[in-house]
Amino acid sequence: MTETLYETLIIFIKIVCALVWLLACTLYLTWLERKESALIQDRVGANRASIFGIRIIGLFQPFADAIKMIFKEDFVPSFSRKFLHTMAPFISFFFVAITITAIPFGDTLRIGNRTIHLQILDFNVGLLFILAMLSLGIYGIIISGWASNNKYALIGGMRGAAQVISYEVALGLSLIGLIMVYPSLRLSSIVLYQGELLFGFLPKWGIFLQPLGFVVFLLAALAETKRAPFDLPEGESEIIGFFTEYSGLKWGLFMMVDFMEVIIVSTLLTTLFFGGWQVPWLASDGFHFPWGGELLLSHVVVVLLQVAAFNIKVFFFCWLQILIRWTYPRFRYDQLMDFGWKLLVPLSLVNIIGTGIIMTL
Amino acid sequence: MTELFLVFLVFGLLGIVMLFMNKLLGPRSTNPTKETPFECGSPYLQEEITPVPIKFSLVAFIFLLFDIEVVFFFPWALVFKEMGLTALIVMFAYIFIIVIGFIYAWKKGAFVWD
Repeated sequence: MTETLYETLIIFIKIVCALVWLLACTLYLTWLERKESALIQDRVGANRASIFGIRIIGLFQPFADAIKMIFKEDFVPSFSRKFLHTMAPFISFFFVAITITAIPFGDTLRIGNRTIHLQILDFNVGLLFILAMLSLGIYGIIISGWASNNKYALIGGMRGAAQVISYEVALGLSLIGLIMVYPSLRLSSIVLYQGELLFGFLPKWGIFLQPLGFVVFLLAALAETKRAPFDLPEGESEIIGFFTEYSGLKWGLFMMVDFMEVIIVSTLLTTLFFGGWQVPWLASDGFHFPWGGELLLSHVVVVLLQVAAFNIKVFFFCWLQILIRWTYPRFRYDQLMDFGWKLLVPLSLVNIIGTGIIMTL
Repeated sequence: MTELFLVFLVFGLLGIVMLFMNKLLGPRSTNPTKETPFECGSPYLQEEITPVPIKFSLVAFIFLLFDIEVVFFFPWALVFKEMGLTALIVMFAYIFIIVIGFIYAWKKGAFVWD
C-alpha cells in the first residue's frame, strides 16, 4: 500500500517539475524573444520592469506581463458561440502542453534503492503520442475561428488549419527514416540508441545518420509552430488571425501555446536528432574518451550533466528558432503551400528511399 | 495508467483554472461598440458569417490520404532492419503507388493557388 502511495507521489512530483519547467521556459522565452529581437534591430528591449527598484536587464518583465494578463476583463463577445469560444484556448493549450510529459529529460536517477526514470510517460509509442497530440491542437485553431463568428477570424482559422495539416505530412514522413535507423517508437530507446559510437569516435546522433531528415523535420516543425516566416494564421501586423476576438488570459493561452510549441519542437529536435540527454562519450560511470583515458564521476554528477546537456541543447534550438523568426520575411500563401507539398514531401520520400538503399547495402 | 490519468488531471485542471481566472479577477464593463465584430475600424457590414469559398477542402482530402499513408509507413520502418531486402522491395512498390497519386494530384492542380 505505502509502495503504491510512494510511486504515485513520485509521479506527481515529476509532473509538477515538468509543468514548472515548461511554464518557466515559456515565460522566459517571451523575454528572450523581446531581447533578441531588440538586439537584432539595434534597440534596448524590455528593461523597465523592476522589483523594489531592482531591474536586472528586464528579467522581471515576463511576470509583469503575466500579472497584467490575469487582471484583464474576461470578454466573451455576445455574438460569439460562447461554449466553443471558451473551449478553444483550453484545447489548444492542453494538447500542446501534455506532449512535454513524453519527453525524456534524463536517464535514471537512483536514490537509495529506488530507481526514478526522468520521464513521465514512457510509452512504447511515445513518438506517435506526441505527433497525435500536436495534431489535435489544430482543433483549437479551427474552433476558435469558427466560434468567434467573425468572418476574418474564420478565414484566419481555416488558413491556419490548412497550413498545419499541409506540413503534418512532411513532418510525419521525415521521421520514417529516423525510425528505420533506430527501430523503436519509444523515445527513451531512441535516445539510448544514440549513445553508441559511429566509427569508434563519433556519437551516433540522428543528425549524422539522417541529415536530410533533420532538415525536412526542422522546416516542417517551424511551420507547425505558426511563427514567422510561416506566421500566416496570425500575421499580427497585417492580416487578421484566428484569435482576434479573444482578450485577457484566453488570448494569453494562445500566445503561450506558440511559445510552448517552440519549446516542444526544440525538445523533439534534441531527443530525435541530437542525442537527447546524451553527452558524447559519457557512460553511466563517467567519461570514456575514444583516444584512451577516462574520467570517472559519481552517479549524481553524471545525472546532473545529462540533464544539463538536455537543457543546453533545448535552449540552443529555442534561440535558433527565434533567430529564424526575426531574420526571414513572411512567405506568400502560394509559396507556403508550394514549399510544403512540392518540396518537403518529395524530399522526405527521397530521404526514405535513400535510407533504405544505404541500409540494405 | 496512473501516470496518464495524473497527467490529464494536472494539466486539465491548470488549463481550466487559467480559463476562468479573468472571470474571477478581472473588471467587467461593456458598451455597444465593444460588442460588435472586428471590422478593420469601420462599422461592421454583417454580423453573421457568410459562406466563403473554401479552397482548403481539397487540401484536407489530400492530407487525409497522405497522412494515412504515412501511418502505414511506421510499422514497416520498425521492422526494416530485420527484413532487409524484402522490405526494400515492398517499400519501392508502396512508394511507387504513392508517387503516382502524388503526381496525379499535382497535375490536376491540387497544389495551385491563385
